[in-house]
Amino acid sequence: MVSILFSLLTGMLFGSGLYVSQMMNPAKVLGFLDFAGNWDPTLGLVMLGALVTAVPGFALARRRTEPILGGKFRIPDRSDIDLPLVTGAALFGLGWGLSGFCPGPALAALGTGVTNVYVFVTAMVAGMLSYRLLPSGRP
Amino acid sequence: MHEFTPVSGVVGGLMIGTAASLFILFEGRIAGISGILGGALSSLGKEGYWRIAFLLGLVLGPLLIAGAGFSRPEIVIDASVPVLIVAGLLVGFGTRLGNGCTSGHGVCGVARASPRSVAATITFFAVATVTVFATRHVLGG
Repeated sequence: MVSILFSLLTGMLFGSGLYVSQMMNPAKVLGFLDFAGNWDPTLGLVMLGALVTAVPGFALARRRTEPILGGKFRIPDRSDIDLPLVTGAALFGLGWGLSGFCPGPALAALGTGVTNVYVFVTAMVAGMLSYRLLPSGRP
Repeated sequence: MHEFTPVSGVVGGLMIGTAASLFILFEGRIAGISGILGGALSSLGKEGYWRIAFLLGLVLGPLLIAGAGFSRPEIVIDASVPVLIVAGLLVGFGTRLGNGCTSGHGVCGVARASPRSVAATITFFAVATVTVFATRHVLGG
C-alpha cells in the first residue's frame, strides 16, 4: 500500500517536471531537435537538470542492498548492445521526430484534453500491444 | 518559434531527476515511462498496481500544479492526424523493442552509465534530429 501511494506521488512529481519544463509541448521538443532551424536548447537543459538529481540517486542506490521500502532492486544488468535495442531506439527516434511526443510527455498531456494527444496515445498503446505479437514480445 | 526557457527547463529537469532518484531509492525501480506503461498493458494483476498508480500520478501531477496557478504550457501539435498515428505506432513499438524511452534510457540509464542506455539515447536523438531535418528542411513540411 505504501509502495502504491509512493508510486502515485513519484508519478506526480515526474509529470509536474514535464509540465514545468514545457516538455509536454511537442513544438518545444521539436525546437530542440531542429538544429538547422530556430534552435531552442531547452530540452538539453531539462536532460542536464534531470541528470544532476538522478546521478546521485542511482549512486546512492548502488550502495544499498535493498530499496528503502523493501523488496529488491530491479535494475537491468545487461550490457550488450544488440540489434533489437538499436532498431527499437531508431524506430522510436523516427516517431519522436515526426510528432515531438515521447511516452512521458504524451501521457502527462492527457489531462489537457487536447484531442490529438488522445490520438497519439491510442496509437502508442496500439504500437506497444503490437510488439507483443512478436515471439520476443510475449511475456 | 519557441523561445529558450532555461530556468523552467532546469527546474523541471531537476524535478524529473528527483522523481527518478526517489523511485530507485525507495522502490528499487527504474522510472521509465514506456516500460511502466508496457508492463501495465501486459500485467493488470496485483503486481501491476504500482504501475497504474505511477501513470495516474503522471497525469494528475500536471493537473494539480495547473490548479495551483502555474501557467499551462501550450500544447502545439504540428503533425497531422495520419502522421500522429504513424508516429504513435512507431514510438509504442520502438520503445518496447528497444526496452526504453527518454526517461528509462535517457535519464535513468544515462545516470547509471548503462552502455545499452547510452547507445539507445544516442540512437534515438540522432534519428529524431535527422527526421526533423528531413521533414522541416528537405521535404519542407
